Amino acid sequence: MPETIEQHAAYDSKIEGNIIFTRADAAINWMRKNSLWPMPMGLACCAIELMGTAASRFDIARFGAEVMRFSPRQSDVMIVAGTVTYKMALAVKRVWDQMPEPKWCIAMGACASSGGMYRSYAVLQGIDNLIPVDVYISGCPPRPEAVIEGLMRLQEKITKEESAVAHFQTEKAV
Amino acid sequence: MTSLLTILADRFSDAILDTVEFRGERTVIVEQAKAGEILRYCHDELGFDYLIDVSSVDHFGVEPRWELVYELYALGNGARHHLRIKYKLPEDRKAESVSEVWPTAAWHEREIYDMMGIEFTGLADHRRILMWEGYPYFPLRKDFPLAGRPSEMPDVAFSDRAPLAGGPFVTSPTTASTVHREPRSREMD
Repeated sequence: MPETIEQHAAYDSKIEGNIIFTRADAAINWMRKNSLWPMPMGLACCAIELMGTAASRFDIARFGAEVMRFSPRQSDVMIVAGTVTYKMALAVKRVWDQMPEPKWCIAMGACASSGGMYRSYAVLQGIDNLIPVDVYISGCPPRPEAVIEGLMRLQEKITKEESAVAHFQTEKAV
Repeated sequence: MTSLLTILADRFSDAILDTVEFRGERTVIVEQAKAGEILRYCHDELGFDYLIDVSSVDHFGVEPRWELVYELYALGNGARHHLRIKYKLPEDRKAESVSEVWPTAAWHEREIYDMMGIEFTGLADHRRILMWEGYPYFPLRKDFPLAGRPSEMPDVAFSDRAPLAGGPFVTSPTTASTVHREPRSREMD
């Protein structure tokens, strides 16, 4: 398990000036977690709260996630905000498949997590039926604070992620 | 306005089964065979230039099963006239499309096809509109369960029964007391 950059950085301003020593893995994870570009998959009322999260009062930019990318090619985390109908699920899956690795998914609100109050023939009962979800946020819709909390949980998860180097080393060993 | 119904009754006396006038709303129940012709006449001659809606009713267990309801409106000449035309349709028959008369009808008819499975002759675009292409059921039919049915199209889409957890929770149309009106779990088949 690689240490986080905070734990690992050996920094002495007198000796090293502006240089920080760390492991590449920890640095990569640190960079990733602080520049999570969301793919705003706004499908229902949760999308309004997502807009509120991005706007100035709650300001998701404080966490490096202000760059809402409407191109899946440029985004890191898909925030599924709203009711996923079976018809829309096809498009959500397609957008997810177009996102480059590494990628994460946040299921925002009751509908995206479990179908919510829509126990109906038309609604997918949770986006995790189709794509892997990293963080579930409860609420109907969740308040912006909850969305930010979810984002911070995802950042924590990314910090602890196995690094690319370790991944390729185990692949070589196999 | 009674004269409108009189005009229709004179012109299509053999095809009009019933006319109802209730609080200024005029409803004409017509024969299925002549329905297309009557609707066209309403548009071309009577000036009903706006088709508000087309909807369908499922009289499950009663023959004929389907009923189509056309809501027409006349906007021309400062007059405001509403007219509702209904006709019954057996399950093995196709309805006649009026998308040539009112282009907007194509959307309504696609929705009726999608939800009820009633097909239309003369409808150019017979794709589904709310469910995805290839979905095998028609969900607004009376014999379709609210929770849905499982379906599977490999590599395209799937659907599953939604967990109702004792539901659906429905209110009762009673005025006895609020306790009796509250939504409760009821057995559905």
